[in-house]
Amino acid sequence: MVSVYLDHAASGPLHPAAADAMAGWLRAGFGNPSGSHHVARRARAAVEDSRERVAFFLGMDPGEVVFTSGGTEADNLAVLGPLPGRPGAVVVSAVEHPAVLAAAHAGGREVRTVGVGPDGLVAPERMRDLLGPDVALVSVQLANQETGVIQPLARISKLVRRLAPRAVLHTDAVQGAPWMDLRAVSPLVDLISISGHKLGGPQGVGALAVRSGLRLTSISHGGGQERERRSGTHNVAAIIGLGAAVAQLDPEAGPARWARTAALRDRLAGRLAEQVPGAVATAVDSPRVPGHCHFRFPGVESEALLFMLDEAGVCASAGSACASGALEPSPVLLAMGVDKAEAGSSLRMTLGPATTEQDVDAAAGAVAAAVEALRAASDPVPGEA
Amino acid sequence: MRVLVAMSGGVDSSVAAALVLQAGHDAVGATMKLWGGPSDSGCCSVADVEDARRVADQLGISHHVFNFSEEFERRVVDPYVSDHASGRTPNPCIECNRHLKFDRFLARARQLGFDAVATGHHARVVAEPGGGRSLRRGADQAKDQSYVLHMLNSRQLARVLLPVGAMTKAEVRARAAELGLRTATKADSQDVCFISRQGGREAFLGDRIPLRAARVVDEAGRQLGTVPAVELVTVGQRRGLGPSIGARYVVDVDPDQAVVRVGPVEELMVGELAVPAPSWVDGPPSPGEALEVQVSAHGVPVPARWDPAGRVRLDIPIRRVAPGQSAVLYRGDAVVGGGVVGP
Repeated sequence: MVSVYLDHAASGPLHPAAADAMAGWLRAGFGNPSGSHHVARRARAAVEDSRERVAFFLGMDPGEVVFTSGGTEADNLAVLGPLPGRPGAVVVSAVEHPAVLAAAHAGGREVRTVGVGPDGLVAPERMRDLLGPDVALVSVQLANQETGVIQPLARISKLVRRLAPRAVLHTDAVQGAPWMDLRAVSPLVDLISISGHKLGGPQGVGALAVRSGLRLTSISHGGGQERERRSGTHNVAAIIGLGAAVAQLDPEAGPARWARTAALRDRLAGRLAEQVPGAVATAVDSPRVPGHCHFRFPGVESEALLFMLDEAGVCASAGSACASGALEPSPVLLAMGVDKAEAGSSLRMTLGPATTEQDVDAAAGAVAAAVEALRAASDPVPGEA
Repeated sequence: MRVLVAMSGGVDSSVAAALVLQAGHDAVGATMKLWGGPSDSGCCSVADVEDARRVADQLGISHHVFNFSEEFERRVVDPYVSDHASGRTPNPCIECNRHLKFDRFLARARQLGFDAVATGHHARVVAEPGGGRSLRRGADQAKDQSYVLHMLNSRQLARVLLPVGAMTKAEVRARAAELGLRTATKADSQDVCFISRQGGREAFLGDRIPLRAARVVDEAGRQLGTVPAVELVTVGQRRGLGPSIGARYVVDVDPDQAVVRVGPVEELMVGELAVPAPSWVDGPPSPGEALEVQVSAHGVPVPARWDPAGRVRLDIPIRRVAPGQSAVLYRGDAVVGGGVVGP
């Protein structure tokens, strides 16, 4: 059976450089970076080396980088941390990751949600009515987890600065980070979060960069690590892995990486459009990161399609699953005005650095075969079922 | 055969999956997510999905989750609520089997190319000489679930495996322990999966429909008391109506008039049951054939005959069956068919 992995937006393989760096530390190193002896100092140095790499990657100062347990904690800290002492409402886009949306609703503030158009984009003019001097925090993602659509952060930032001068602006850059130069993004915002395993690093680590001068209250209580911004002993090996992974994402090589992946994605999309009657490509006219390929196949249920793809060795997803693993109608697609049934026919395939032409060709063939088989078998047999 | 095993995360379906494999079939496990709301006894909470997944891992088969919660809401929960609102006493497990486990799930399995589905129900599917299939009581009398599966017809049964139906519950648990399955000692599921023990039926219904007080009247129309929620009263009920009703039972529930009528046990007894829309495993029985009828999941079967006018004629009177409950006819240990009892 073939094995084709097209679920990089969920989690991707560890970059070999990150694996080597982590293995080296796990075998030979240990120690609590907060200690005062030489073993602790070595651990501390490893964390700080990684912090410098992450800071460079984000275009921020090392002192502005807070290591977290992942993207979710980074988003939670970004949304909840600035609120104490900063009265006012929270404004989020309707297509944010649950880590942002749920945190916003847990903040005890009025939450104003800005919708998106059928193109998946937050129209800055839609935000106008929601912004004002009474807004404490705005959070708009860099790229969407399901569709890959890139939000117009430059325009949004300008608008926020002008209309909500007291608000801090956060962007969840988890999905954008593997593809985009965050040094061009971070000047637009006050807080930016990333996740290790979406960009070649390990799971269980992420980072939040916090503009210096912005007072951030920790959401965990304990030893006051990370300059009182995030308590808990550092996950040194994972932090080392994150540093090694971002160091591999050379911004100079970004355009070539983008072009290569976009070409594969377009090849995949082209084959699906050609081979699957009625296939609807999602938000293709919007700016998108190159790894995301999102389709709807009206009349086909995502669950059944993913099952068939799994049997064929193709790993993909539908976008939105609950804790039990059951698929839920995608809030992102619903926010884009797609009806519930069609949203339930979604397929998200996300490419990574190791994805090949053979992979996308095999995936396109498997999707076409699965959709055809499901459609052929979906007429009920009379007298049964 | 390729068999899709419905794994609830309980011991019966865990062992069912193991037996399907042992029989040499190609098995895949799937858990239906049915109820999305809060529950404590639920068959499809996250913890149960995890149990099912771990058992599938242990058996070396793949496992998937099917989210049927929308259909469950529409086909089971909504009718449950509206039945109660109109004075009936529904059996949601039967509707779940009818519409979810043996309709939606069976259709999904067929669509995915499976030859059959297997579940952990305690009942047996037996191949009959003519090529058809019969549905028979499970080997464990106390656990027999043929009653809640009565809506299955012969064609469906041809694609259903009930591997634990030939075993007692003790044997199922012993087998699970032998295989080292984590569900070996897991408690049996109880009651209705979407109703939490804490709030019960009253809280569940109260969140969805207005619960209305009703007068309790006797056979002569005299008011004996009141009940706070007519929607929670069931025909045949005696408890919870206050001391003034004496040795009487509920014989009629009329939510429109907000009246609960009680009467002596004689008035409770009936000689026939209306079953207006029955289903049959393999066609209706001959009129007048001596059969047995069972009117609750673990009730005692009593002699009865089918009247094609849509009635079950009882040889000896039984207590009235609450409208909304099901009456199931048996020929020996084989299910003939059954349906929901009307007023």
